[in-house]
Amino acid sequence: MANIISDETIDYVGILAKLELSDEEKEQAKKDMGSMLDYIDKLGELDTEGVEPMSHVFPVKNVFREDIVTNGDIREEILKNAPGEKDGMFVVPRTFE
Amino acid sequence: MSILDMTAVELAAAIRNKEVTVMEATEAVLAQIEKSESKYHCYVTVDKEGALKQAAEVQGKIDAGELTGPLAGVPVAIKDNMCTEGLLTTCSSKILYNFIPTFSSEAVLNLQKAGAVILGKTNMDEFAMGSTTETSAYGETRNPWNPEHVPGGSSGGSAAAVAANECFYALGSDTGGSIRQPASFCGVVGLKPTYGTVSRYGLIAYGSSLDQIGPLCKDVTDCATIMEVIASHDTKDSTSVERNDTDFTSALVDDVKGMRIGIPRDYFGEGLDSEVKDAVLKAAQVLKDKGAIVEEFDLSLVEYAIPTYYTIAAAEASSNLERFDGIKYGYRTEEYEGLHNMYKKSRSEGFGAEVKRRIMLGSFVLSSGYYDAYYLKALRVKALIKKAFDEAFAKYDVILGPVAPTTAPKLGESLSDPIKMYLGDIYTISINLAGLPGLSIPCGVDTKGLPIGLQLIGDCFNEKKLIQTAYAYEKARGVFGRKGDK
Amino acid sequence: MAKQYETVIGLEVHVELATKTKIFCGCSTAFGGDPNTHTCPVCTGMPGSLPVLNKQVLEYAVAVGLATNCTITQYCKFDRKNYFYPDNPQNYQISQLYLPICRNGKVEIETEKGKKFVGIHEIHMEEDAGKLIHDEWDDVSLVDYNRSGVPLIEIVSEPDMRSAEEVIAYLEKLRMTIQYLGASDCKLQEGSMRADVNLSIREVGAKEFGTRTEMKNLNSFKAIARAIEGETERQIDLLESGEKVVQETRRWDDNKGESYAMRSKEDAQDYRYFPDPDLVPIVLDDAFLDEIRAKQPEFREEKMARYKEEFDIPEYDIEIITGSKHMADIFEATVALGSQPKKVSNWLMVETLRLLKEKNMDSEDIRFSPENLAKLIGLTDTKAINSSVAKEVFEVMFEQDIDPEKYVEEKGLKTVNDEGALRKTVEEVIANNPQSVEDYRNGKEKAIGFLVGQTMKAMKGKADPGMVNQLLKELL
Repeated sequence: MANIISDETIDYVGILAKLELSDEEKEQAKKDMGSMLDYIDKLGELDTEGVEPMSHVFPVKNVFREDIVTNGDIREEILKNAPGEKDGMFVVPRTFE
Repeated sequence: MSILDMTAVELAAAIRNKEVTVMEATEAVLAQIEKSESKYHCYVTVDKEGALKQAAEVQGKIDAGELTGPLAGVPVAIKDNMCTEGLLTTCSSKILYNFIPTFSSEAVLNLQKAGAVILGKTNMDEFAMGSTTETSAYGETRNPWNPEHVPGGSSGGSAAAVAANECFYALGSDTGGSIRQPASFCGVVGLKPTYGTVSRYGLIAYGSSLDQIGPLCKDVTDCATIMEVIASHDTKDSTSVERNDTDFTSALVDDVKGMRIGIPRDYFGEGLDSEVKDAVLKAAQVLKDKGAIVEEFDLSLVEYAIPTYYTIAAAEASSNLERFDGIKYGYRTEEYEGLHNMYKKSRSEGFGAEVKRRIMLGSFVLSSGYYDAYYLKALRVKALIKKAFDEAFAKYDVILGPVAPTTAPKLGESLSDPIKMYLGDIYTISINLAGLPGLSIPCGVDTKGLPIGLQLIGDCFNEKKLIQTAYAYEKARGVFGRKGDK
Repeated sequence: MAKQYETVIGLEVHVELATKTKIFCGCSTAFGGDPNTHTCPVCTGMPGSLPVLNKQVLEYAVAVGLATNCTITQYCKFDRKNYFYPDNPQNYQISQLYLPICRNGKVEIETEKGKKFVGIHEIHMEEDAGKLIHDEWDDVSLVDYNRSGVPLIEIVSEPDMRSAEEVIAYLEKLRMTIQYLGASDCKLQEGSMRADVNLSIREVGAKEFGTRTEMKNLNSFKAIARAIEGETERQIDLLESGEKVVQETRRWDDNKGESYAMRSKEDAQDYRYFPDPDLVPIVLDDAFLDEIRAKQPEFREEKMARYKEEFDIPEYDIEIITGSKHMADIFEATVALGSQPKKVSNWLMVETLRLLKEKNMDSEDIRFSPENLAKLIGLTDTKAINSSVAKEVFEVMFEQDIDPEKYVEEKGLKTVNDEGALRKTVEEVIANNPQSVEDYRNGKEKAIGFLVGQTMKAMKGKADPGMVNQLLKELL
């Protein structure tokens, strides 16, 4: 395997992705990511010099809305699925130190 | 003919002619669900009460002359990644185990306007990540042709429900083959439309630049009819395209004379099961016999589609799935210490292994120092793949090939080796990268008794050529043995 | 000899645009709604929702770019900035990194040291975050997404400023330009204009920049000035004692007068930007830019020059009046209704400024209409009311924008010009105040003031003081 994924990398990606893996999962993730990257490295065989990266497959452009208020108060609906709600707001663990 | 054997269009006609009521059709299909669901597990949620209520309402509107369309009164199943107002929508994930959307997807609204009766939500690979419907948090779906085998995925529940007569047609979504491959494995017709043809509003995103909603159904006529209903220009979806050629049923013409069909040699190499190969080439011969011009060509770049796809899809997915954080909806872990621990525990407990694998990969390829080497590189290869198709479509109206290298594998055989599983997407994935339409239609059964699918690929906005070719093929092939508990 | 240091400052200024709706959905941007009452599936990150760009946001951003001499990016895109925080419902912010709407601009500023240009590196469009409120009772935080998705532009300067004075001049210049465009009200206190300060220190004459820090939470010009001073000192102290400045984000505590690092191991600062696949590219042709260019208003400098030409009012007044686009608009509209410029200017410079200060308000908060100000000036011009009544009426007008003509009529405040009635009152006052009459007659000129006052009081203020004076002299 050409791509060796370190513990540090897995931990770092875990911070970015907000995932906490068990030791066993970590080992598996290192293996999986390494082999996927080996596979993706295949793209290196292709010469893409001068090729524009393509995000959209056909030229759709300039999709806008007019600046007109169309939405009313639907707070009840918005909060309906919240695991925690108080005073019309979403409850989260404290963010202030 | 029994109600359950009817296609969607046949049933609607029978309802219009007052031979069948909407209630009878709904009750018949609910009874079928009751009978066979324990065997196949096509649904995450069956909304029996809601379906009966809708049936009465729709019948009223048909009687009042308000609903006259070709699908009015026909019961449908919806893949569980499309929001349905007031009806549980889980993406087959624990993280959305209790999520009740407050609005419906545009595609579902279009169906409802046309008089559809929504039966429930079909099982899928979690967040559409998988090709077997085994990554669902709510148990796997089984193939109605042989319950030892998978139905394919990720729209496996939708495909199996159609095959098992647990609905008259279903909506699926296709990011890398997720409509066409299960359609192939379950012996039904599936279409992934040109990107932008069906609104993505309300579709819970996996890979936003690749996702498209499309039908899974019993025949090509149903396919064209459903497409006419669900295709729409939606101002809520910036990537929705305004088309004035969505009269898809006009392409239901039994004529392929002069149709230029290209067979990519690269689709018939190593890894393709010989029975699948024979069935597909036989189908090509059928079209040739009917007057199509069929020739082989080199498409090129085929083996690069999978790594390109997994880079782009994983990157987009890693971002799209960030919103599942235990704050606004869905699963929140029981115990946690502080904000970041809550995020990590909720997500780690809420997502399954395959989803986590792709989120990790996607986060990595976008991370500082790797963006250019992986993500931008993939977008450049995507441009090359698109160019290869452009060149092919300068010569051909339709590209013909297999949907998948094999027929449906046995349950439990695929998940152990992700790369091997990803290789199964080799013929379907590049179509999503290039935004093209692709249609899957049954073209045979292998010696194990499992259906084989034929894939027809068109240039952007050329669904009609696919429908016409498939329709002509279907006429020659005859009715395909639909398998269910009949 | 001690080393000589130079402070190098660049600013990131966030400005909330004055659109009616949010950047990607049809929710209102109005302030003051109950929590989460201005929200929808899009701005709360509901699964399946999708963004669609508000065209007005683009127009404002381009207008600001043109006014600050930027090159407009005619093929631009939105990118996702990925980071987890509860005020950010999708856990990514839609912003622009790779192809921002404007680049390479500059604005001219003036300080005591003279004029100079401050370069603008780029301006990009993005969405604002929601608000977090700490709940002491349950020791949790609460999230309100009313501000989530409010459109922002972020104006990133080059590191061209060298002092707090230059920073303030630059901010004033931006504020004035954007207010004149009507693109934002730019209020620092209310957060519709926010500045992050990037600051580094280097020895005078050095070519390389030092390591910079970024300071956040600066919500007044005074706080910005103090923070620059504080951070400059802190960095010099570090360098003098042989330590290194660490590149980091610091939060300024204006009460304590010090900053502290905002560090967290969960905060990797790796935002994994990539083009947002839910939004399509923006392609702007020259015609669109010309259209926006044609709509550009007369900016402050041009306005000041014109006022000097057209109106006979003091230069100081011109500076104050044009210092607020809103005030200048009121001035010009009132003059256009026929009022004498000098008188309009007086009302704005004296009574308006006094009341604004007294009520702790901003010029942008002036509510009375030019029509009503013109009417009030008309009433004094025709001597229908005297100046003290006029001031009284103005105060009411300032608060409630009443029609002064109707108000004067209803409250019966018109000056009494009926000489018979006035003469009668004056006679009574003379009769009732023999002492003052005596004083006056004995040569105490001042005593007449008291008698005028008594007469005005008896007339409930509704007399012309000149006429009262004349009558008193006549009768005495």
